[in-house]
Amino acid sequence: MSLAERHIPDRLTNPLQRALKSWEALLLVVAVTVFIINSLSSPYFLDAWNLSDATFNFTEKAMIAFAMALLIISGEIDLSVASIIALASTAMGAAVQFGAGTTEIVLIGLLVGLICGAFNGGLVTVLGLPSIVVTIGTMSLFRGISYIVLGDQAYGGYPRSFAFFGQGYVWWVISFEIVLFFVLAAAFWVLLHKTNFGRSVYAIGNNPTAALFSGIRVQRVKFILFMLTGLMAGVAAVCLTSRLGSTRPSIAVGWELEVVTMVVLGGINILGGSGSIPGVVIAAFVMGMVTFGFGLLNVPGIVMSIFIGLLLIGVIALPRLWSMFIARRG
Amino acid sequence: MEQSPDPVISLSSITKTFPGVKALSEVQLDLYPGQVTALVGENGAGKSTIVKILTGIYQPNGGAILVDGQEIQFPTAHHASDAGITAIHQETVLFDELSVAENIFIGHTPRGRFGLLDTAEMNRQAQSLLDGIGAQIDPTVRLRDLGIANKHLVAIARALSIDARVVIMDEPTAALSHKEIAELYELVEKLKAQGKAILFISHKFDEIFRIADRYTVFRDGQFVADGLISEVGEADLVQMMVGRSVEQIFPERKPTVGNEVLKIEDYAHPTEFEDIGFSLKRGEILGFYGLVGAGRSEFMQALFGITRPSSGTCRIDGEEKTIRSPADAIANGIVYVPEDRGKQGAVIGLPIFQNVTLPSLGKTSRNGFIRMAKEYGLAREYTSRLDLRAASLDQDVGTLSGGNQQKVVIAKWLATQPKVIILDEPTKGIDIGSKAAVHEFMSELAAQGLAVIMVSSEIPEVLGMSDRVIVMREGRMVAELEGEDLTPETLVRNAAGIEKA
Repeated sequence: MSLAERHIPDRLTNPLQRALKSWEALLLVVAVTVFIINSLSSPYFLDAWNLSDATFNFTEKAMIAFAMALLIISGEIDLSVASIIALASTAMGAAVQFGAGTTEIVLIGLLVGLICGAFNGGLVTVLGLPSIVVTIGTMSLFRGISYIVLGDQAYGGYPRSFAFFGQGYVWWVISFEIVLFFVLAAAFWVLLHKTNFGRSVYAIGNNPTAALFSGIRVQRVKFILFMLTGLMAGVAAVCLTSRLGSTRPSIAVGWELEVVTMVVLGGINILGGSGSIPGVVIAAFVMGMVTFGFGLLNVPGIVMSIFIGLLLIGVIALPRLWSMFIARRG
Repeated sequence: MEQSPDPVISLSSITKTFPGVKALSEVQLDLYPGQVTALVGENGAGKSTIVKILTGIYQPNGGAILVDGQEIQFPTAHHASDAGITAIHQETVLFDELSVAENIFIGHTPRGRFGLLDTAEMNRQAQSLLDGIGAQIDPTVRLRDLGIANKHLVAIARALSIDARVVIMDEPTAALSHKEIAELYELVEKLKAQGKAILFISHKFDEIFRIADRYTVFRDGQFVADGLISEVGEADLVQMMVGRSVEQIFPERKPTVGNEVLKIEDYAHPTEFEDIGFSLKRGEILGFYGLVGAGRSEFMQALFGITRPSSGTCRIDGEEKTIRSPADAIANGIVYVPEDRGKQGAVIGLPIFQNVTLPSLGKTSRNGFIRMAKEYGLAREYTSRLDLRAASLDQDVGTLSGGNQQKVVIAKWLATQPKVIILDEPTKGIDIGSKAAVHEFMSELAAQGLAVIMVSSEIPEVLGMSDRVIVMREGRMVAELEGEDLTPETLVRNAAGIEKA
């Protein structure tokens, strides 16, 4: 051992430098590019009310994506989120038939989400089943219950005050949903990046065994993450049901894949262990603006989904291709 | 047997080095047709390395392999099996989802017309091979449905199916019951009668004297002696195995033993261990010695809350505690530095400072919110005490060398300010320099009043560091040695279950 104490610096690169080279910075460039292309190609794009409307394309999905990001970082996944929306919405609609008021309706929606999440989490953490299989199963199960209850019927007749969650504006063009989106983004950012809980999510995703050996209650953390994801699906169900004003069993079909796409586009490693909430926030804007831009140009929905698919593969392949290119040259 | 035939295979002056380690240094090994040669040596003597060289998995850095007097090389495992060498490993490498016959013939399946698999022919040949070794196994059942003993028989049938001349058995009896071991002996006799050369690796001396014709002893990667079993006694073999020149220097210690900190009574587990009980005092280093599979790590993991013991009590500072999880263990001041550093110790992908603070997050945070400056402070304090070599504390722990990763893992535990630290094979696979640093550090910890439990399979380390040693065999404590009773001979005898000569 040397006499002079060896000094190891805290960090070598400063945070700003690191941020500039990050995935989030690249995404931001993509977002700005999409924004510019959109404003050049359609005269209707740069309109406050149109832009405000466009945010509804992603706000509800993004609320789920925040929780899903944590779940995927921990090495699990929940593919049943869209079906949770269907079940929660059905439960809310049923409650209306029994004369429930707005507060009860919202509480029921959130509670159903929470219970569904706990059901998924229990199967994964108590029985030790793989989450991808469990949630493919509950994806059919939850929506199946909705179909049994509703058949080809729809629930409607929601009270007027309930419409605020999906249709209300806080101030001018600022909708309740976009405010909720930013509040939740901030909350999840704090949870993932500034708390011990968030740190243990990263540790579990990188090495569940070593995390367990370090005294982290791995199963408990995962169970909480499933509950949180279910709860956020419940929140999305409240907003979406309020916005649509009715419940059909086919509500939010296919959303689970869009949510996962948003998370992966946001730079969350699908194998777990890394990623950030700001990435997911920017990814939400990118997907929302692409969808909106194509809508203004009257591009059919199928082309839109092709483009989103290509975008996803592109952003995942790009870093890999880049490193291969560097290796070839080096 | 007195008139030895020429060896089937003869290894001479084989040397194998890995980065920083000389695993084998000019060793020799001869295997004779129709004879069983026992390869004897401590863990780490180089037995597995020589097996891997024989089967073409490793390439030696020097020396020659002669088959029937002809020099030959095994660039791949396929070449070795073509030369008629086959190994039955400790954990047999077979395919659970395939049938018994498919397992036996995989890689050299009989083909029928059009080059398709001839299943009927394969099953017929498999049946005759299995009958030949007296195994009553249906060749069409899936392997997963067989017990461990029958899996071994399938592995042996597979060895015979390629018409092996040399059969390597690496601790074949480790997982077998008494009756199955007797059947294995019969089988070995059959193989001998067929003129096969057998290399038999075992830690159990009764087996060696029961079955082997010859012996070869390795120690620390060097050849010590060989000869006929009939000409040596157990005492001689033990002497050859452990009688080393003392080259490692261990720190001088003057243990100042304090109050009892940990007391374990009647710890038992349904399958891994039973009747474990001991007490541990502040400032003491307690060694746990035993062969691989003696249940030491399993017991330590139960003590740390990874697995649950079926019975037993644990007292910490005189108070009875139930430890249900590692989190409970850490809260009660027991920490565990695992043997498998990469998998259980370091969280690769997280930076050094986050690895260090992971179990101490409660201390560095306020109401669950992270305080970065505190984290860096804690990480700096403990990594500098361990003389960590790293570019920055923000660096991924995966980019460090093995020895430095071990320092991060130890720093992580010291930061929790534990009462009892369990070190499971703390110097396994790290270089001599880091070893000395770890030993130095262990004695410092003990001097500061920490109670240390050290699980080790290296006799010099056990002797050099421990104040007291518990020897385990087959899940039980067989001896507690201290002072003059603590010698290499007593350790090996107790671990292997040899009566006093």
